[in-house]
Amino acid sequence: MIYKIGIDVGGTNTDAVILDENNSVVESIKSPTTLDVESGIVAAVEGVLKKTNIELRNIRYVMLGTTHATNAIIERKNLAKIACVRICLPAGGSIEPMFSWDDSLKAAVGNQYYLLHGGCEFDGRPLNSEGLMKEECVQVLNEIKHSEVESIAITSIFSPVLDSYEKELEQMAKEILGEDFPITLSYEIGNLGLLERESSAALNASLVKVINKVAIGLQKALARYGVDAEIFFTQNDGTLMSIEFAKKYPILTIGSGPTNSIRGAAYLTGLEECIVCDIGGTSTDIGILIKGFPRQSSVSVEIGGVRTNFRMPDIISIGIGGGSIVREDNGRVTVGPDSVGYNIIKDSIAFGGDTLTATDCLLAAGLAKINHPNCDVARLASIKPEVIENAISFIQDKVSVAVDRIKTKKEEIPVVLVGGGSILVPGDIEGASEVVRPQYSGCANALGAAIAQVSGDLDKIFSTEGKSREEVIKEAKDQVVQKTIDAGADPTTVEIIEFEEVPIAYLPSNVIRIKTKAAGKLLNPTLEVTNL
Amino acid sequence: MARWIGEEDIEDLSIGAALFGTGGGGDPYLGKLMVQKAIRKYGPIKLIDPSEVPDDELVIPTAMMGAPTIMVEKIPNGDEALKSLRLVEKELGKKAFATMPVECGGLNSTIPFVVAAYTGLPVVDGDGMGRAFPELQMETFNVYGVSGTPMGLYNERGDHCMLNALDNAMLEHISRGIAIRMGGVAHVALYGMTGQEVKQTAIPNTISLCMKIGRAIREANQSKLDVIQTIKETTKDSIYGEAIVLFKGKVIDVERRSTDGFVRGKAVVEGLDEYENKNLLVEFQNENLIAKIGEETVAMVPDLISFLDLETGDPITTEGLRYGYRVTCLGIPTPQIMRSEQALKIWGPRNFGYDMPYTKIEDIHSVKEVHR
Repeated sequence: MIYKIGIDVGGTNTDAVILDENNSVVESIKSPTTLDVESGIVAAVEGVLKKTNIELRNIRYVMLGTTHATNAIIERKNLAKIACVRICLPAGGSIEPMFSWDDSLKAAVGNQYYLLHGGCEFDGRPLNSEGLMKEECVQVLNEIKHSEVESIAITSIFSPVLDSYEKELEQMAKEILGEDFPITLSYEIGNLGLLERESSAALNASLVKVINKVAIGLQKALARYGVDAEIFFTQNDGTLMSIEFAKKYPILTIGSGPTNSIRGAAYLTGLEECIVCDIGGTSTDIGILIKGFPRQSSVSVEIGGVRTNFRMPDIISIGIGGGSIVREDNGRVTVGPDSVGYNIIKDSIAFGGDTLTATDCLLAAGLAKINHPNCDVARLASIKPEVIENAISFIQDKVSVAVDRIKTKKEEIPVVLVGGGSILVPGDIEGASEVVRPQYSGCANALGAAIAQVSGDLDKIFSTEGKSREEVIKEAKDQVVQKTIDAGADPTTVEIIEFEEVPIAYLPSNVIRIKTKAAGKLLNPTLEVTNL
Repeated sequence: MARWIGEEDIEDLSIGAALFGTGGGGDPYLGKLMVQKAIRKYGPIKLIDPSEVPDDELVIPTAMMGAPTIMVEKIPNGDEALKSLRLVEKELGKKAFATMPVECGGLNSTIPFVVAAYTGLPVVDGDGMGRAFPELQMETFNVYGVSGTPMGLYNERGDHCMLNALDNAMLEHISRGIAIRMGGVAHVALYGMTGQEVKQTAIPNTISLCMKIGRAIREANQSKLDVIQTIKETTKDSIYGEAIVLFKGKVIDVERRSTDGFVRGKAVVEGLDEYENKNLLVEFQNENLIAKIGEETVAMVPDLISFLDLETGDPITTEGLRYGYRVTCLGIPTPQIMRSEQALKIWGPRNFGYDMPYTKIEDIHSVKEVHR
């Protein structure tokens, strides 16, 4: 039997699980998340390894979902000095790279940028008839070489249509800056929309030092226990990346936490299409799984105040949780969005405090029970019944509306409830075909990390000039499948999990934009390693 | 009368312009950044009332035409529309006194401000659509006899042309083709006209109204006031009529398809509160065209039909509309200048394929007309 460890860093806890090759949970642990994140990860790994009696050398894979990247951006810490190179001239001069960024973030990454000739039109026709101009590129790259810059982001106009300009400049950069100099190509992470894609690439470039640090820390901790496992990071679409890949694309780890929770929760129920509500102490995260993967957000997402368009899971967060504060104002009862959080076991009325919380209301109505020595329902006797009733319907309403908003169509689908606050929704949810409350949902997030798959995606405008629509669709599907195999998937398991044709206004009908994604199981699974 | 426009005014403009975009017109976000950048570099911009333009002076409106989705990828240099304006000046042999928007809804509300920042020209507070429309002959300028010709077109590369057409419908038709070949977007200057023509044909004060509404939405949001109420009050004091709430509900279906370069489709909204057990249907061609509750038509083009987020009051575009959104559907009576017989021949329901005469939104809702 071989094993894998899944680790997920949450706001409060860092969870770790050990799974066997059938994805059954062997051992799990919860350990507090630390300020530096790293020591919390190490503590969780050591904790779970100490608990188990399996053969440690049979642990072959470690999957880590971490918040390092987000923290680095928000705290402006450990960020690399970057140069943003935009291949755009003779277009693209009106707004410089990083224009709308906060000054402190600009300062943290160095605010260095260059505009070069090149890039193309929507149909691939060159913007600058000669393409890249070698002398200009060499001059800029030499300037970068002799500056403090540690990492560069290259963004070319319409690179999601034609990536050759970014690749060509990358080659030149490698010659001048060295083979190992970190280079981010925008077409590999962002979608159409130059400023948002460029910002995504720039943030990615600024994060290249972050992954190395955590990977080394984790490798050391594992080595102490004689574990020689391959380390993967989980990305925010519920799939995996190798350390090498993660070093290149650290930004794709952002948002992996909620994704891991959602996928783990769904895995516990065996459902592939469902809505997952993760109800915590302060807030509720709601996401939707389609063919086992979280749906992507279709709008631009702000990270640390920067508008980006790299893929992110579509998550709706509402300020309802177990500790949400209940208020009455002129007969109107509201719940949240502020919360007593983890102080619920001393501040809420049932626990002897003086703040009325959402949990208090459920307890008073007899809809929930808590076995805790300090919890006494008798303390709730003096609360007006109409306040309790209104608070419960307020919660019910907020959750139902959010569940409905995450749907794309009217059909009823199952809703999975997980998290410590899930007692807030004791009954049915409007629009749910069934409400599922899986057992052992405590380690859903780490489990979600451990079961992650390999994927590839594509967002590209295709011309149907001289080709049939079917041929173009096939071309797109072939490309995305190849991308997935390149990312490390077992070719026999690769499946298209998303496919969308997006209409474009004010263009002739012979171009189509296709967004698609494929995923498959990690190649080289159990067999070859079992006879070690 | 004249006022100086700074970065915050442009922020407000982009919100108001999204509402007046009636679901289309392109996201003003990129235009907003371009103006803010230009203001940082060249200083504030002068916005003048149409009455401040001397009768014999020349005003040349500027705009972008083509696919906004292309423009957000191939971002401009900022001087393209200005170059087109220079081209028209040269053709007419006269310098422009000011520039002006052709469309106050969506992205095109911002383009003249970029031109103005670069040149120091003032922007005339008015436009020719009073909202967003899909085509360039859909202009009060055209309705009341101004020629769009000569028209200057530039792309980011510097490819350009001077287009002279015999009528404005042909001007639209030919320039649309050129815009596609120019890479999907052209930055244009057209409908050059005298100050006197501006006063006769432009819809006055639409830009300052967009800013006022944008500010009202922003401030109402900050102080948790009723956004819809503030929009009603603001529109009531304008050449538009008081906004009417057509419907409140949840989007249950959105259908979009791309034909001949337009995004056509419909949205179905299921009623909430007093609209329970009713469904609203809104059909669109880039912009929202017609709203029906059951069999009854409750608003139609050229009156403005816009969706707003039920809670925040933020305008929602047809592209952003999705299942499950809680929305208010708002109708705003269009100004009288857009309701004349000649005007309705250009943008009445029949021009969008609806075999029915235009009925004013106020008449449908039998609200007393407050204005003129």
